[in-house]
Amino acid sequence: MMELVVATLLKIVFMLVLVIGLIPVLVWAERKGSAFIQDRTGPNRASVAGIRLGGLVHPIADVVKLLFKEDVRPDGVHGFLYALAPFVVFFVALVTYAVIPFGDYLEVGGRQIPLVVADLNVGILYVFAIASLGTYGIVMAGWASNNKYAFLGALRSTSQMISYEISMGLAIMGLLLIFQSLRLTEIVSGQGDLIWGFLPKWGVVIQPLGALLFITAIFAETNRTPFDLPEGESEIVAGYHLEYSSMKFALFFMAEYANMVIGAALIATLFFGGWNIPWLSRQTITAGADTLLPLVLGLQAVVSGVIAWLFFRRAVRERGKFGDARDREPGLLGGFFAVVGALSLASFALAPWRVGPAGASLFATLLQVGAFVGKVVFFCWFFVWVRWTLPRFRYDQLMSLGWKVMLPLALANLVITAVGVAIV
Amino acid sequence: MSLGERVYVGEVLRGLLITIRHLLRNIFAMKDMPTVQYPEEKPRYSDRFRGRHRLMKRDDGSPRCVACMMCSTACPADCIHITAAEHPDPTIEKYPERFDIDLLRCVYCGLCEEACPCDAIRMDTGIYEIVADAREKFFVDKDFLLNDETRGTL
Ligand code: SF4
Ligand code: SF4
Repeated sequence: MMELVVATLLKIVFMLVLVIGLIPVLVWAERKGSAFIQDRTGPNRASVAGIRLGGLVHPIADVVKLLFKEDVRPDGVHGFLYALAPFVVFFVALVTYAVIPFGDYLEVGGRQIPLVVADLNVGILYVFAIASLGTYGIVMAGWASNNKYAFLGALRSTSQMISYEISMGLAIMGLLLIFQSLRLTEIVSGQGDLIWGFLPKWGVVIQPLGALLFITAIFAETNRTPFDLPEGESEIVAGYHLEYSSMKFALFFMAEYANMVIGAALIATLFFGGWNIPWLSRQTITAGADTLLPLVLGLQAVVSGVIAWLFFRRAVRERGKFGDARDREPGLLGGFFAVVGALSLASFALAPWRVGPAGASLFATLLQVGAFVGKVVFFCWFFVWVRWTLPRFRYDQLMSLGWKVMLPLALANLVITAVGVAIV
Repeated sequence: MSLGERVYVGEVLRGLLITIRHLLRNIFAMKDMPTVQYPEEKPRYSDRFRGRHRLMKRDDGSPRCVACMMCSTACPADCIHITAAEHPDPTIEKYPERFDIDLLRCVYCGLCEEACPCDAIRMDTGIYEIVADAREKFFVDKDFLLNDETRGTL
């Protein structure tokens, strides 16, 4: 019993760290990514002792700023709901992670601990149920603010969420029919199989249309461009969070990014194999750990070495370019990567190819968790990437896309899949 | 729109390719990025750029302006204020005792330099950083305008 509690707590902490830790990184990626896409350099002014880290210091400055900002509360707001709304939105954004499997299992002392906080047998329904609760927070914020723009933003958000929730639900029906389960762990392990011996049985391979519809719907559910109508600064100022300041605003802001991470995790879990590494099943990894482990370590050493070399080259080339602490930066970064590379090389002294079965199992778990995190990070970046590519939809375009295109397509996809499943 | 464009997905992918190309190019060739690192690097505008005004001097150092009020009359923003006074030299009728420009009201249209009959006011300083920490400092006087070496901020 005790072990179960500890294990669950550790899993919760892992998920929280992943999600909350990704938020500042995403904010940075969004600012820097948008800048580079638009041929700007982006944030690069905030510094700690002259070290700017390409703008990575800005999120820290942002957090400090938001913590110390005055919390303005306008007259005429509904006190209780106004204060509650950001917490509802943020809470909802965080609890969905409970059912997402981030790895297969971890072997500790012969026991297998499944790497998912709560392995519900209605996992996917839980996700949808909780995700739609987020709308309540937004409506509360919009209504309690006693501001017409905020209210309009909240209304737009509600109608958008309701419209796309339907296509989202229908889009994954085909997948559920094929894997015959609502349990996310089963859907993920099902995707580890191969079709005809070479094609990974990922959701995107067996349900391409479903994947496209689902990804589109997720964009709408997370309020990301081109579906970011709840905000829309050009027509309704800032939308539902217009009257919020300091940490209350920050909660909305963080919830948006947390939602993005969950969206990315869902896309990865349902359609891109979750923690599965294609063509490398768990048995293959554990059996081949003796060769794979040195390979991974060697790769890490080589990659860090190359990065370190690039930084050192820059340090030499640009010596004295600024004439202040910034000149030390490439050297320091190069040193960091050199140390990482050296550590990976040094670990060869421990003869990692003699890890034994327990070590091999741990290695497999780490690789799979790494694959999951990598996929999540990629899809988070995908959200940013799309945001700086596509313009926002007009409201009628959004509605007709949702009801006249996505809903019929999702239904057609379901019918075709159902017929296919019945025949096979 | 053709059918291919209306399906949208292909066009979205094309857009994504364009943006990622920009991103990668800027990561790997950061030096070629067109951004100007403003406070350290200053942009250079064309010679016709209308910057902060200056007043021209005669050979003896007195202002060339004859306080004819043409500029302040032409000024659409009504921001030039001149007080005229009798000039000691009988060949020159008047000179400006005070010549103030409210740079906060100025719209940098250049009508004042067009209107001036004796080329006494020009906007060719190339100064575009017109910043100060108090409103009053934007109210610049004759001394300031005559001293064209005062480059940079107010
Ligand atoms: S530039 Fe235009 S607005 Fe400014 S002082 Fe001259 S005439 Fe007036
Ligand atoms: S600056 Fe030129 S136009 Fe203006 S008062 Fe002097 S002489 Fe006349």
